[in-house]
Amino acid sequence: MTEQAAHWFGLGAAEWQAVALSLKVAFWAALLSLPLGIFVAYALARWRFAGREVLNGLVHLPLILPPVVTGYLLLMTFGARAPLGAALKEIGIVFAFRWSGAALAAAIMGFPLMVRAIRLSIEAIDPKLEEAATSLGASPIRVFWTVTLPLALPGVLAGVVLAFAKALGEFGATITFVSNIPGQTRTLPSAIYAFLQVPGGESAALRLVVISIVLAMTALILSEFLARRMAKRGRGA
Amino acid sequence: MSISVQLRHQFQGFALEAQFDVPSGVTALFGRSGSGKSTVIRAIAGLFGPDEARVVINGRVLCDTGAGICLPPHKRRIGTIFQDARLFPHLSVRQNLDYGRRFSDRDVPESEVAQMVEMLGIGHLLDRRPAGLSGGEQQRVAIGRALLSGPDLILADEPLAALDDARKDEILPYFERLRDEVSIPILYVSHSPAEVARLATTVVAFESGRVTGQGGAVEILGDPSLMPAGVRGAGALIEAQVHAHHADGLTELSAGGVPLFLPKLDAAPGAQVRLRIAAQDVILSPARPKGLSALNIMPGTIAHIRMGEGPGAMVSLATPAGVVLARVTKRSAAALDLKQGMLCHAVIKSVSIARQTVARGAGPLGSGEVRDVKYSNS
Repeated sequence: MTEQAAHWFGLGAAEWQAVALSLKVAFWAALLSLPLGIFVAYALARWRFAGREVLNGLVHLPLILPPVVTGYLLLMTFGARAPLGAALKEIGIVFAFRWSGAALAAAIMGFPLMVRAIRLSIEAIDPKLEEAATSLGASPIRVFWTVTLPLALPGVLAGVVLAFAKALGEFGATITFVSNIPGQTRTLPSAIYAFLQVPGGESAALRLVVISIVLAMTALILSEFLARRMAKRGRGA
Repeated sequence: MSISVQLRHQFQGFALEAQFDVPSGVTALFGRSGSGKSTVIRAIAGLFGPDEARVVINGRVLCDTGAGICLPPHKRRIGTIFQDARLFPHLSVRQNLDYGRRFSDRDVPESEVAQMVEMLGIGHLLDRRPAGLSGGEQQRVAIGRALLSGPDLILADEPLAALDDARKDEILPYFERLRDEVSIPILYVSHSPAEVARLATTVVAFESGRVTGQGGAVEILGDPSLMPAGVRGAGALIEAQVHAHHADGLTELSAGGVPLFLPKLDAAPGAQVRLRIAAQDVILSPARPKGLSALNIMPGTIAHIRMGEGPGAMVSLATPAGVVLARVTKRSAAALDLKQGMLCHAVIKSVSIARQTVARGAGPLGSGEVRDVKYSNS
């Protein structure tokens, strides 16, 4: 199917490889950051604790920092010679110059967007409903699963789609952290960049640009559609 | 079956110090807005932690700060009915009703659910979403949801305050049925004397965070010094027996031997009813008045005159039927030279049926159609 699809879009093997890798990286980035994203969003929305503003700042940092700085910090933390990177290597987890590293960079860059969307939807939930659930005998964890999370679902979906779309487009932190290795870390933006560096690469680059636009638009429209459906369901119509 | 509550909490500029022991049945926590009633309810539910608290329901200690015991709200087995229904918008009515059952450590049998649905008249709503229901329907579902969580106690925090008068009349009968058909004790917060008169078996009166009186409903509502709702809402409760139904459409009641006439009541002769006589509907006359259209005249002795801060005075008249409150102006009180111990007549313009007391399951309650009807005899 992949070969055929690639042919149908008029893509060469290298181009297709970049698209497939980007989808894989974005998928895992969005999926694996989701549990932590929900937890952090909940904490910021509902808990008052010392260091809340610091946490809020940390979460938003990748949004404002130059991506190259984020990438460099990742390299200093998870690089093969960094203490944490070395320790993780012992147990078989390597990020540097691997697709998993691209996923990690994409996850961190998309994290602020994800947390923001989920946090807003949790803040929109009337705490009185959670109180009512408690009074009916549900423990806090059950209140979360049966009331808070279902009611926050539109925001959670929007957060996932935003993080996914952001991961597809991530370039600066990725190229700094895991470089631009074909088949390993050459995602869509890196591939476009690479094509533009060689003579005659413009047409391939243009095809990837079109694909990028289509993927981003699809993700946004999908998230709008899902959010609306969920909101409708939540209102009970 | 008893509820024992002791609370103490220091707010900024406001001290809450409440202590009451009440039996089963409907206990009204009665007082002005801001008198601390709702805080008491939240403390009992475990949604608010006061500085000192001891709450014991039927011998089960829910909270005793002295002994370091404090159960979290979800372990208290207390069903709360809030002012706003707080139904879960993402669940159907049926799922809302089942919510409390799912987490209850009691097994509430399916038959009880069916009975509750029948009693609350929400059978046709089960598959709907809360957003599509009227305020009254939502509140009925909320009542059912609280009951089906298998509680030891029901807390109702001004459950009618958010509804208009028509909706209030729709919900009140369900609380009456609850009181008469379900054995769970109810703490009912209200600032409406009419609601309290209709529902309460016991009344705890609140004023600025303190309990100013507790006792039977007749006793507390007949004491103007404990009337937290102010003179406007004051009114005494008297008990009467249905004597006979007359051919001209009137029902004759006997209140301590004094005949009272009301438009036809749906209750059998011999049935015991409770009447609420609003103080502002009572006219006083030292001589027995003649040539009046009002049918209901009660003789009595003035037990107490309480001068208000404004132009009004509250007169407590001891009649054979019990204490009747009358609100008159200070000017009239002076003109008539009203004094304690003086013989006087209460001319009653209108009477409302507050509650069916003895004839449980018969009459208006049993037919499920009781309304807070006001009868005007003038």
